Amino acid sequence: MTGSILEIRDLRVAFTGAAKPVRAVDGVDLALVPGEVVALLGESGSGKSVTLRSILRLHPENKTRIEGSIVAAGIDVMALSGAALADFRGKTVSMIFQEPMLALDPVYTLGAQITEAIRKHESGVSADAARKRALGLFERVRIPSPERRLDSYPHELSGGMRQRAMIALALACNPKVLLADEPTTALDATVQVQILLLLRELQRELDLAMIFVTHDIGVGVEVADRIAVMYAGRIVEIGAVRDVIRAPRHPYTIGLLSTRAQGGRLSGKRLPTITGSPPDLASLPPGCAFAPRCSSATSACLEAAPAAVELGHGHAVRCIHTAAVA
Amino acid sequence: MIFYASKRILFTLPIMLGVTIVCFALVHLAPGDPLVSVLPPDASQVIKEQMMALYGFDRPYHEQFLRWLWRALQGDIGTSIRTGRPVSTEISKAVGNTLMLAALATAIGFLLGTLFGFVAGYFRDTWVDKAASALSVFGVSVPHYWLGMVLVIIFAATLGWLPPTGAGPGGSEDWKWNWVHVQYLILPAVTMSVIPMGIIARTVRALVAEILSQEFVVGLRAKGLSELGVFGHVVKNAAPTALAVMGIQLGYLLGGSILIETVFAWPGTGLLLNDAIFQRDLPLLQGTILVLAMFFVVLNLVVDVMQTILDPRIQRA
Repeated sequence: MTGSILEIRDLRVAFTGAAKPVRAVDGVDLALVPGEVVALLGESGSGKSVTLRSILRLHPENKTRIEGSIVAAGIDVMALSGAALADFRGKTVSMIFQEPMLALDPVYTLGAQITEAIRKHESGVSADAARKRALGLFERVRIPSPERRLDSYPHELSGGMRQRAMIALALACNPKVLLADEPTTALDATVQVQILLLLRELQRELDLAMIFVTHDIGVGVEVADRIAVMYAGRIVEIGAVRDVIRAPRHPYTIGLLSTRAQGGRLSGKRLPTITGSPPDLASLPPGCAFAPRCSSATSACLEAAPAAVELGHGHAVRCIHTAAVA
Repeated sequence: MIFYASKRILFTLPIMLGVTIVCFALVHLAPGDPLVSVLPPDASQVIKEQMMALYGFDRPYHEQFLRWLWRALQGDIGTSIRTGRPVSTEISKAVGNTLMLAALATAIGFLLGTLFGFVAGYFRDTWVDKAASALSVFGVSVPHYWLGMVLVIIFAATLGWLPPTGAGPGGSEDWKWNWVHVQYLILPAVTMSVIPMGIIARTVRALVAEILSQEFVVGLRAKGLSELGVFGHVVKNAAPTALAVMGIQLGYLLGGSILIETVFAWPGTGLLLNDAIFQRDLPLLQGTILVLAMFFVVLNLVVDVMQTILDPRIQRA
């Protein structure tokens, strides 16, 4: 795709710490244009967070094998190391974590953590100027009495406020791409909505490209332009939100959508589930990883990993039965 | 901050009272007559009773305790039976000597311990870690009086670089901060430092490994900090616990290692305690234990307050 701010090509990540390498990500292609939001949807262990962290190269290098190409704002991420990698992180691409209580340093004030990031990336900014910017950021993410909160420690804030502070930290150096790793999962339902709206609003104002990892379809629909469904380290279906939600074509996506509790419409009945469990990533079958759980699977499914089938409007599915399922 | 500190000081008062009771009781629970070592075996009953009355040993225990406590509060913790000098004089001299030794030993132990601990924690499961861990295990498990003797054999007897025992040409009197005196401090301090070194190294290693596995370290890298920058954060996170361990170790060493001070004939509290026990000098024994226990309480207080300065979560918890 031309004009993309972030382009991932054939990303493969394997963790080599165990006896058998765990293939957490197995050939992911993804491209974002500026200002676009993609929701990366999948269950635990589907490789969505691993994909996200690979973009910042946050995996321990001695225990991870990472292949493919990642280009963000013209920077070849895979070629970076040392100081250049540190300069890239937080400045070109920054990240919001699932649990801000764990992702913020407990013994530094929030203000100190934000000014530290600003002064790291922009030499010559005085401590005063950095603090003023941090204050501006706190106002922007609508933290009440921001002046006082800058001097607070993470444990002194509520979960929602902490996540706002985390967002302020991520936006401190005007990144072009924002990675959000389940930023609302650890929050109360009411606070979730507020954070989601705030993120969406800031993303539009700043024209940020954003990858939003979630396992909550509702959240993905709310926040994203496109949805990418991951299963066993691969994107099995990707497309505009309405295409994927209204006309899902991969059996896994179809199954996923049918498991949602549709308000009260299914009251009195058992929730539908996808039978079986996700495959062991250390010994993936050669064919389609979903085949063992798939009702329309045939022997052909077990032979080779299905290639992506383009259905138009950027809607692509990795299933050899696409035509039949539709 | 000040509120927390004063609250913490108030908390120590009952602890101190408990300490005095235990100190007092401990000595009186010991079998035998407190005067047995000063009176000749054939002393008459009259003289015995006179002496008992003189030292107040004939009163009921609670009265003895209150009198002792009242005097202790005024700084008078009795007179040594053996030397006839005030216990406080004996102790203050010994405490000064032990303090010198303990402070130096803790400083050496803390520096080496944190160094080994950080290296081992950062390079976990590599040979560097194993070497550092082996060294710290050696530190906590080697018998220190034995290590002291070995060091004396090597550096004093064989090489002749350092004096083997004592506290300088003038004995325990007349200490000066010059090489003539300081050289006497080196061997005992190095021997003593091995204990805190081992314990601090093991604590710091576990701490650093634990901190490095936390999510916020990923967060720090994600916002673009260099490894050096991350290291700074790790140090500040590890500092409160490392300091607490160091404080407790200093407390132990202030008690004076009886064995090490005996091996090196270092005139500190350990040697004093040793002498008081063998000579059944009850007031001296009582006073020494009391002063050392108080030291411990105060030191814990200082460590606690310092921790809140470094780690804001403790204060409000």
